[in-house]
Amino acid sequence: MTTAAVVKPSKPWQASPRQRLNSALVYIAAIMTSYLIVAITPMKGKLAYAFVFFAAFIVFDFALNLFSRGFPVAKDAIARAVVAAGICVAVFPILSIIATVIIRGYHGLHIGLFTHDMALNSVTDPVKQGGLLHALTGTAILVLVALIISVPLGILTAIYMTEIRGRFMKPIKFLVQAMSGVPSIVAGLFILSAVVYPITKGYSGFVGSLALSILMIPTVARTSEEVLLLIPNDLREAGVALGGTHWRTVAMVVVPAAKSGLVTAMILGVARIAGETAPILLLTGGGDKVNGDPFHGPMGSLPFYIWKSYSVGTPESITRAWAAILVLLVIVLVLFVSARLLSERRSSK
Amino acid sequence: MSDEMTTGRGPGLVSSLGDVARRRFESKRVTTAVQGVGLEARGIHAWFGDRMVLEDMSLDFWSGTVTALIGPSGCGKSTFIRTLNRMHEFIPGAAMAGQVLLNGEDIYSSGTDVTKIRLKIGMVFQKPNPFPSMTISENVLAGLKLAQLKVDNKDDLLEECLERAGLWNEVKDRLSSYGGSLSGGQQQRLCIARSLAVRPEVLLMDEPCSALDPGSTLRIEETISHLAASMTIIIVTHNMQQAARVSDYTAFLLSDGGPGKMVEFGPTGEIFSRPKDIRTENYVTGRFG
Repeated sequence: MTTAAVVKPSKPWQASPRQRLNSALVYIAAIMTSYLIVAITPMKGKLAYAFVFFAAFIVFDFALNLFSRGFPVAKDAIARAVVAAGICVAVFPILSIIATVIIRGYHGLHIGLFTHDMALNSVTDPVKQGGLLHALTGTAILVLVALIISVPLGILTAIYMTEIRGRFMKPIKFLVQAMSGVPSIVAGLFILSAVVYPITKGYSGFVGSLALSILMIPTVARTSEEVLLLIPNDLREAGVALGGTHWRTVAMVVVPAAKSGLVTAMILGVARIAGETAPILLLTGGGDKVNGDPFHGPMGSLPFYIWKSYSVGTPESITRAWAAILVLLVIVLVLFVSARLLSERRSSK
Repeated sequence: MSDEMTTGRGPGLVSSLGDVARRRFESKRVTTAVQGVGLEARGIHAWFGDRMVLEDMSLDFWSGTVTALIGPSGCGKSTFIRTLNRMHEFIPGAAMAGQVLLNGEDIYSSGTDVTKIRLKIGMVFQKPNPFPSMTISENVLAGLKLAQLKVDNKDDLLEECLERAGLWNEVKDRLSSYGGSLSGGQQQRLCIARSLAVRPEVLLMDEPCSALDPGSTLRIEETISHLAASMTIIIVTHNMQQAARVSDYTAFLLSDGGPGKMVEFGPTGEIFSRPKDIRTENYVTGRFG
């Protein structure tokens, strides 16, 4: 018999069955303790169970590790338990929001959402009548116009900060960072006083897009800047050493090399503004029918539709609002996931 | 320092490297006619901020020859080579003094179109850096696009450049795959082909083999030997065997903590077998550095 036949791949660094049994016992003991303590003390509710469970788990886990592996490992176990608790506290609300939106919005979904608007219906009509078409087209137009304004400006700003590195680089960098914290209502009020009152004097999709651009440009500029900074300096030098001017090197070597990252920046910018509500309430208004003209008249949008339906307050209108929230959430999630996939493909290349 | 002393002291490495270099030099002198001075450096000084990193370098680079710059790290070799095609000025805080004459004209004189200078004096970098967004053929022809040059037959130029860089046979069936799909050595030869496409008179190579394995290094050295017949090549290298194998002339640079200075310049065979300066001898025999 050869030794080669006997040797089997194993993973000696993994926990042994005995260790696994021990940690399972810690869980069981912590669960039992939490029931016991909640039963015999005046504490009540899910939060009490969770809190006692965490406390008991930390104590038992610490004790187990102290006896089996010593004090340093036991301290490590406490840190691990606290970190795990932190993750649960952070992730639970997100999952809870997604679950609530799916459960409550699911009833309002029907195919008519994507083919009808609310021109002939009121929000209090039965849920299966009317639809979201005006809000979807409105949001699409708002985002598209904002995209056309913001992407060139944002990317050019990033190019100024990374490639030209001019005298105003530092103040502009600071400004861009400060602007990404501008509350959306401020952007809305600014456009209202600077454009709507003196010039257009009424609701339109375009002025809404202007306000959204104010919010989107910093996101696009900052993300693009990070992407451009990742492009190795070798490439810039190679381009210039081949007799290219500075600008041609940027346009033909640096930007194409950063292409997928710049697309990610664009998608993140869209995700940032797709659900913005405050400027739209001020500038774009609502309307119940599809308006394809961004320059005249109020234009529907998903955030406005949600706000309006919810404020009516009847069971039908609230169901409509939740269905619209579900649609909006899916759109934003799809955008984030595609941005993520694109940047992963970039880094794996 | 006398001949006897040198050979007496370092019979091993010095004489063998010297032999390699001398044999190469003799054979080449027969085959290629020296055409005159291609590039002249006159009193080059260089600074980064207030710190002088290079002092008073004067060197002639003859057409049709390979000149190697050797010396320990930090002696200013790369800085010097970058002053020769005006890449030095890309580093913030850089300054320089002196003249670089290409065919008798100073490339630093005011009114000179720096992009035209870089077309005539090409450069290959330490790390292979093909443009990631371009295919192999686009990479080779990138210089034409960047400098807005027109050629009659791009396919011929593509084949010629890849042929001269010794890469044609390996990539001719996959010209439209991306440059990043090649091995490191192939990428570096692709970068050489890319520099050749704009027909430079001088090619600067800044440690072109330092990121490559010995097999790829050998291919690049063969490429350099083939190219040398038609252009001026200046190569920075840390590898003394490489300097002995590929170069006709060698300059040894050294920094004693201050700015780098040229210690010795001469035919490669002399530098490796009968160095005049004790510091050169110590370096080429591996006693320091």
